Amino acid sequence: MTYMKKPNVRHPGLRKNELGLTRRDYEGLVSTLCAGCGHDSISAAIIEACFELDLPAHRLAKLSGIGCSSKTPTYFLNRSHGFNSVHGRMPSIATGANLANRDLIYLGVSGDGDTASIGLGQFCHAMRRRVNMIYIVENNGTYGLTKGQFSATSDRVSKSKKGEANLFEAIDLCTLAIHLGAGFVARGFSGDKNHLVPLIKAAFRYNGFAFIDIVSPCVTFNDHEDSTKSYDYVRAHNEAMDRLDLVPEREEITAQAEEGQTTTVRMHDGSLMRLHKLDDSYDPRDSESALTTLRKRYAKGQVVTGLLHIDDQDTDLHKLLGTTSQPLNAVPMSELCPGNAELAKINKGFR
Amino acid sequence: MSSVDVAVKTRNSMRATDITDPNYFHKVVDCQWACPTHTPVPEYIRLVAQGRYTDAYMLNWESNVFPGILGRTCDRPCEPACRRGRLEDKPVAICRLKRVAADYRGDVSGLLPKIPKKKNGKRIALLGAGPASLTVARDLMPLGYSCVLFEKDPRGGGLMRTNIPSFRLPEKVINEEVDMILDMGVEARFGHEVTSLKSILDEGFDGVFVGTGAPRGKDLNIPGREEAAKNIHIGIDWLTSVAFEHVKKIGKRVVVIGGGNTAMDCCRSAIRLGGKDVRVTVRSPRADMKASDWEIEDAEREGIPIFDNHQPSEFIVENGKLAGVKFARMSAEYDKDGRRKLIPTGEELIFECDDVLMAIGQDNAFPWIERDIGLEFGEWDMPVVDKTTMMSTRAGVFFGGDAGWGPENIIWAVAHGHQAAISIDLYCSGQSLTASRPAPGISLVSQKMGLHEWSYANDYSEDSRVAVPHVATKKSLKNLKVEVELGYDVKLALEEAERCLNCDVQTVFVRNLCIECDACVDICPVDCINFTANGEEQDLRQSLRVPAVNEEQDLYISDQLKTGRIMAKDEDLCLHCGLCAERCPTGAWDMQKFTYVERQANPAGQVNCMAYIS
Ligand SMILES: Cc1cc2nc3c(=O)[nH]c(=O)nc-3n(C[C@H](O)[C@H](O)[C@H](O)COP(=O)(O)OP(=O)(O)OC[C@H]3O[C@@H](n4cnc5c(N)ncnc54)[C@H](O)[C@@H]3O)c2cc1C
Ligand SMILES: Cc1ncc(C[n+]2csc(CCOP(=O)(O)OP(=O)(O)O)c2C)c(N)n1
Ligand code: SF4
Ligand code: SF4
Ligand code: SF4
Ligand SMILES: [Mg+2]
Repeated sequence: MTYMKKPNVRHPGLRKNELGLTRRDYEGLVSTLCAGCGHDSISAAIIEACFELDLPAHRLAKLSGIGCSSKTPTYFLNRSHGFNSVHGRMPSIATGANLANRDLIYLGVSGDGDTASIGLGQFCHAMRRRVNMIYIVENNGTYGLTKGQFSATSDRVSKSKKGEANLFEAIDLCTLAIHLGAGFVARGFSGDKNHLVPLIKAAFRYNGFAFIDIVSPCVTFNDHEDSTKSYDYVRAHNEAMDRLDLVPEREEITAQAEEGQTTTVRMHDGSLMRLHKLDDSYDPRDSESALTTLRKRYAKGQVVTGLLHIDDQDTDLHKLLGTTSQPLNAVPMSELCPGNAELAKINKGFR
Repeated sequence: MSSVDVAVKTRNSMRATDITDPNYFHKVVDCQWACPTHTPVPEYIRLVAQGRYTDAYMLNWESNVFPGILGRTCDRPCEPACRRGRLEDKPVAICRLKRVAADYRGDVSGLLPKIPKKKNGKRIALLGAGPASLTVARDLMPLGYSCVLFEKDPRGGGLMRTNIPSFRLPEKVINEEVDMILDMGVEARFGHEVTSLKSILDEGFDGVFVGTGAPRGKDLNIPGREEAAKNIHIGIDWLTSVAFEHVKKIGKRVVVIGGGNTAMDCCRSAIRLGGKDVRVTVRSPRADMKASDWEIEDAEREGIPIFDNHQPSEFIVENGKLAGVKFARMSAEYDKDGRRKLIPTGEELIFECDDVLMAIGQDNAFPWIERDIGLEFGEWDMPVVDKTTMMSTRAGVFFGGDAGWGPENIIWAVAHGHQAAISIDLYCSGQSLTASRPAPGISLVSQKMGLHEWSYANDYSEDSRVAVPHVATKKSLKNLKVEVELGYDVKLALEEAERCLNCDVQTVFVRNLCIECDACVDICPVDCINFTANGEEQDLRQSLRVPAVNEEQDLYISDQLKTGRIMAKDEDLCLHCGLCAERCPTGAWDMQKFTYVERQANPAGQVNCMAYIS
């Protein structure tokens, strides 16, 4: 970490987005994480994605649990809403917030400990319920904040910094997400922003539960030779399945995509996502083939990255429950709380 | 396969930067690079910030010889070059911080170079006692040379004494800094006008330096010039008469003709010597005026109006006496190459006045140099002089300052003096004037003190440039000798010093330590750092996080990294804040102080500079 704050001065040539903001306007406080932590790169990728999408910061809510990863929302989008919840409980907070105000964009940021250990149940139910949110796991295969214990995503072959063996099989969060009905499932690597930023942008545009598992080396406790979540290991074993392009609604589509290699998905806001596949052995719209690919590649020791699965049925929790189309804070009090007489009527119905 | 764009090494890809080339990091220190004598600016600003005024003074004195004078009057090419000026901010007040060093310094007499009692037997003639000649004397005296100074005026200093008015530069400051040199034992022949170079050469000197300046003020031959001669004054001659107190007053209505710094000094002197209605007139549009912005500002603050696009066409004479100046109004037109043409609008007008001060430029004049002594003259009747060695076509005769290259400024005169002294010393010892010139002294040293501790103040100051306090205009207009600027006090100086970015503390990148985690890219406040595919310089410049459009500033390029990419840093706006180095988990970035010392004839006279590079 640094003790000095990042000066406000900025490059006069910095590009501005549609809102007249620069990338710097999407920053937060200076990070207190260890220098070189992958999580910081993910924060930078989120900043870049929000800037490029022209997102108004006040329309976004950041939610997190506990962990180094869960601390990061402080380091980006300091003009957005935020809730730093209890360890592993971010999904319930997100579900509640989303039910109360469906108009905000919900960005959940969690760690592999926060999600795959203590929060696993919560995570599963948020996906089942198809909460409309972006859920990012900053996956370093360790409990960084509590000084480097194995997490549930540590690979069986991975060793701790001190050389202890890992006794348990890893939980693959992407596989789990596809099983439980997450409509957008992707994996990225913090060390490859060119690939990561488009994934995050696409997730923002997706209506439903969008999950991104981002491999994010912990430089302090899990970046050694026997780790499978180190910079070197991931770089050597990274298999990008595709490259994403997000074509905003307002832009004309010019280049004609080559058939076969490119899948075009129309997002619910009208923008187009173009997926250039680098591997045609699977179809991201077919969950079965995605699961097979993941399993096979994992067995070979490969770290598969890219948009692994997308389901373009436009559904989320509000649709399933048939809730009001307005955020609750916009529903008149008389409707929100129709009074004792109405309550008595309802109670009567249960008698 | 990773999706990272793997660099394709083409023949035209950029090569890794060679940071051992002394010029590479020197160029990053914009102020020092721009300074003709390459004064270590950030170093002396840090010394000022630490309250080490004497050390700051000596570092300056060794480099530029006249810190007290220059701290008030320098043309300051360093300031337009200052990196802060490119950050939507004003440059650091480099010049006025130099004055602080001079104002608050202690006694330096014990710190000056010792003059050997036993001379080396070589005698050098120095013609003219301006800053150029004085610099040559300063550099050669400690080596044991005997210097003989010929000056037509009664005192030394050249135009610094005779033309720069005392409300900008008090006489005391000139005396101190000129005497430091004369007191080294220079044999000064004041009141001695040289009328023949041949006769000087005949005296058998081992070397001759011509530092006689550009002493002839330009005239304007329009109708009425002769009839009104009594009240038409050549600016530089008039300023000299004022300096030597031969002139003590001027008429109530004064028209100054010209838009350079001399015009500013003339009008401001006139208003102090009884002028009530003093006007400056320029033929060109205001934006094209030659005077420095700050000099124009100062004149206007004193209530002097500037009339641009006014071309004088006639001196109006009534009863055999000057009555006014007639002007044609001009308008500037630019052709497609941007060349300016002044076209009369047809409108004419007359400014009534009692006196005219003519400040339209200076010429060189060498009527006293014989044309048959092997000393060639070239274009505009200027001597042919070698740009590096300062030697003319006659061996052993050197030129510098305004005499060598036309009217310029003090700091260039000093720079020429240093180079000429090196040449004279080499010449007198029979060495090559080119091959034997000394190389600059450089060093590069880590500033790391602890985990996040550096030996310099790396935090960025968001303060704006601190204004220099002035005496009340009312008071200064009453007396020519009252210095207008009061200078910074210690507190203001500290505030201003903190604005310096320490551009000499360089970001040094060690490729094989980098794990490409991007931490430095993300923390850099001004988006300097990139990890990208290599390419041709132009493509690369365009492809950076913020395109590197300022081509005067280099890209710092590394060899290929593990992913096949390179690190490319645009030096243009780097704040030298060290955040990249603080963020880097592996120490691939380090902040290292780059020192650069321009060598002089007498390295023993550069004690403070040597301490600074070691
Ligand atoms: C009005 C005015 C204001 C200026 N203000 C500034 C300023 O603020 N800052 C700045 O940096 N520069 C300023 N300059 C320019 C600066 O003064 C000169 O560029 C600088 O002094 C040149 O130094 P020099 O040593 O080459 O010659 P000079 O300073 O001109 O010295 C030459 C000396 O040679 C003597 N000399 C000439 N001919 C003979 C001879 N035949 N025999 C004997 N002696 C002779 C002269 O009397 C003079 O003393 C100003 C110039 C003018 C005219
Ligand atoms: C209820 C509860 N149990 C345990 C902890 C201790 N704890 C804090 S962070 C953490 C693990 C965080 O790991 P992860 O989510 O992977 O975050 P990282 O620091 O690796 O980014 C644990 C176990 C806690 N804060 N609260
Ligand atoms: S302990 Fe690991 S996860 Fe936590 S900040 Fe440091 S590097 Fe990042
Ligand atoms: S010192 Fe480093 S972080 Fe600071 S501006 Fe320069 S490159 Fe950027
Ligand atoms: S912070 Fe250091 S290791 Fe990381 S990319 Fe920058 S130079 Fe390389
Ligand atoms: Mg973790």
